[in-house]
Amino acid sequence: MKKFTKLTSAVVPLNIENIDTDQIIPARFLKATTREGFGENLFRDWRYENDNQPKADFVLNNPTYSGQILVAGKNFGCGSSREHAAWAIQDAGFDAVISSFFADIFKGNALNNGLLPIQVSEEFLAQIFKAVDNNAKSALEVDLENQTVTIVETGAQESFEINPYKKSCLINGYDDIDFILNQKQLIEEFEQAR
Amino acid sequence: MSKTLVEKIWDAHVVKSEEGFPDILYIDTHLIHEVTSPQAFDGLRKRGLPVLRPKQTVATADHNVPTLNQLLPIKEELSRYQVDMLTKNCAEFGIELYGLGHPFQGIVHVIGPELGITLPGKTMVCGDSHTSTHGAFGAIAFGIGTSQVEQVFATQCLLQSKPKTMKIEVNGELGQGVGAKDIILYIIAQISAAGGTGYFIEYAGSAIEALSMEARMTICNMSIEMGARGGLIAPDQTTFDYIKGREFAPAGEEWDKALAYWKTLYSDADAKFDSVLTFDAADIAPMITYGTNPGMGMGIQEYIPATGAQPEKEKLSYQKALDYMGFDDDSSLIGKPVDYVFIGSCTNSRIEDLREVADFVKDKRKADNVTVWIVPGSKQVEQQAKNEGLDKIFEAAGFQLREPGCSACLGMNEDKIPAGKYCVSTSNRNFEGRQGQNARTLLASPLTAAAAAVTGKITDVREMLTPNP
Ligand code: SF4
Repeated sequence: MKKFTKLTSAVVPLNIENIDTDQIIPARFLKATTREGFGENLFRDWRYENDNQPKADFVLNNPTYSGQILVAGKNFGCGSSREHAAWAIQDAGFDAVISSFFADIFKGNALNNGLLPIQVSEEFLAQIFKAVDNNAKSALEVDLENQTVTIVETGAQESFEINPYKKSCLINGYDDIDFILNQKQLIEEFEQAR
Repeated sequence: MSKTLVEKIWDAHVVKSEEGFPDILYIDTHLIHEVTSPQAFDGLRKRGLPVLRPKQTVATADHNVPTLNQLLPIKEELSRYQVDMLTKNCAEFGIELYGLGHPFQGIVHVIGPELGITLPGKTMVCGDSHTSTHGAFGAIAFGIGTSQVEQVFATQCLLQSKPKTMKIEVNGELGQGVGAKDIILYIIAQISAAGGTGYFIEYAGSAIEALSMEARMTICNMSIEMGARGGLIAPDQTTFDYIKGREFAPAGEEWDKALAYWKTLYSDADAKFDSVLTFDAADIAPMITYGTNPGMGMGIQEYIPATGAQPEKEKLSYQKALDYMGFDDDSSLIGKPVDYVFIGSCTNSRIEDLREVADFVKDKRKADNVTVWIVPGSKQVEQQAKNEGLDKIFEAAGFQLREPGCSACLGMNEDKIPAGKYCVSTSNRNFEGRQGQNARTLLASPLTAAAAAVTGKITDVREMLTPNP
C-alpha cells in the first residue's frame, strides 16, 4: 500500500449529500475481475450522457478543478457494501475524501485500500466549499501524523479522528496483509501448538 | 471464567490480541467461488505472494452457473469468463476446485456441510454473506469482503474485533406445517432486518434442539438478514450423527479426539450474553413476506400492516415497498395468484427440503398458471433425489428439477423472474430486483412454496395437510 503522511492539494468539490455507492460506481460496472480501471466509470451516470458524451456541468469534467482530494457532502458512501466504490475513487487519482459523515462500510473499505476518509465538522466542510467557490485552486493541507486538515489560504484548521492502528498502517504504507505477515512466525507457532 | 460458545471458539483461534488493535484471528477453512475471488487472486499476484495454506481453501462454481445443460459451454459471456478465471486461479495457486461436472459441485454453503468440511469449533469464512449457514454445526462462520479474501489467502488469518453476543431462545413445539424457515422469518419479522446488527447470535431452546441439521442450517443461514455478523447453534448428538462418515470428516482415532473436543462446545450455564431474546414456538404460523426486505414478513393468515401504523419517517419507504410489490396495506395475501415458484438457494435446497416438497406434491399437479423450478443445492443432492425417485414425483407434478447452483436466488445466470411477476421463493432475500429486474419476491418455506405451486395462489398449507392424530 502507498504511504500517506502529508498531502497538499487542490480539491474536487462535490457538494451533494448522501452519495451512495451505486452513484459512485453503478452495479453494471462490477463485472471486471481486477481492481483497476474502475476510475473510468466513477460517478458514471453523473459524468456521462447515455451516449457516453461527457456532461459539461459535472465537476469531474470541469478542467478548473483538479487535485487528489475529493470533498463531498454528508453521509458519503452509503448503500451497498461494494468495495469497488473505494477502488473507483482511488483509481481516478484521489488519495483522500473529506465529508462531514461517512457510511461505516465505505470508511472501512477505504482505509483497507489506503484511501484516507477524513471526517470534519459541518462548519468546517462549509468553509472548504466556500474557499473553493472563491478560488477553484484553493488548496488543503492534510497532515495525518498530527491528524489535522488546513485550508492553506485562510489558515483555518481542524483536527480529525482516526483509529490508531489504521493510522499507523497508512503512515507506514502497510495494509492488514502486511501487518499480519509481519507476525508470520506467530501464525506458524499457533499452527504448531494446535 | 464462564464463556459463551462464541467466546470459546474465538479465544481458541486468536493468534495475537493487543490493546488498541483488532485480534488476529486464525481461519481454519476458507471457501471461495467465482464472483468475489478474482480481485483477491489478482492482489496476490501483484504482491508476489502464494496462498499460504491452499489445503485449507476449497472452491466451487455456483453463483453464475447455468442450471440446464451444465456440461455445455456457458452461453453468457461474463459468467463463462468468471468460471474460467476461477479454474485458472485455482490451478495456479494449488486450490481444490469442485467445478462444473465434478460430483461435489454445488452452492458453497451446501457442499461444505455435506462433505464434512464444516465441523464444530472451526472458524470459516467465504466472500458471501450467507456463510453464517455453517454456524449450524457450532462453528464461527461469517462472510467477508474481497480485500479480506485476499487477506485470508495471504495469511490464513483475519484482523477482526470480537463481536457482541446475543442469545435467541425458541422453546416449545412447532405446529403442523410450520418449519425452520418459518421460525427464522418469524424472528426477523419480530426484531426487524436490523435487529441483530453487530451481534453474533446463538440460537438455543427446545424448539431449536429438536431440529435436524439441515433445518438448523436454514436458521443460521438467515442470521445475516437481521444484520447479525453470524449465527450458531451448539453441537449435540444430532450434529455428531450428521457428520460421522462424511467424505472429509475425521475418522478413527481422529474422530474420537475431535468428538471429545466438540463435546466441550457449549455456552457455560452462567455465561453472559450482551442480549437475550425468547420466543415461543407455538406462536409461529407459516410465514410469508409481503415487502422488499426479509423483515417485512407475517403469518400467512395475517393482514399486511397499515402504512399509518408505521413510524413517521418510515412511512414513505414502507409505501414504496408495497407499491413495488403491487400490494395494498391492510389486506390479506391469501388467494393472490402466483406466477413462479422457486425452491432452491443455500437456505432451502437440501435433500430434506426436496423430500418434504415431494412428499407434499405426490399425486398432485401444479396449477397451470405457475412455472416451478426446483434447483438442488449440489450435485450430491441432485443425485440423491434421483436415487430416491423424487425426480419422478416432480416430473409427474409438472415441477422442473434443474442442476445445482444459486440460480434465481440472485438471478446472475439465466434464471431470472420476469418484471412484475410474483415468485414464491424459498431463498433468503426479497430486495427490489434481486430475482430479476422488477421481479416480486415472496419469501416462504418449501411447504408454503409447494402449496402455492399446486393451487396457483398464496395458500395456507395447513389447510391442505391431513391433521395430525
Ligand atoms: S444461494 Fe443465494 S444467498 Fe446462497 S450463496 Fe448463492 S447467491 Fe448467495
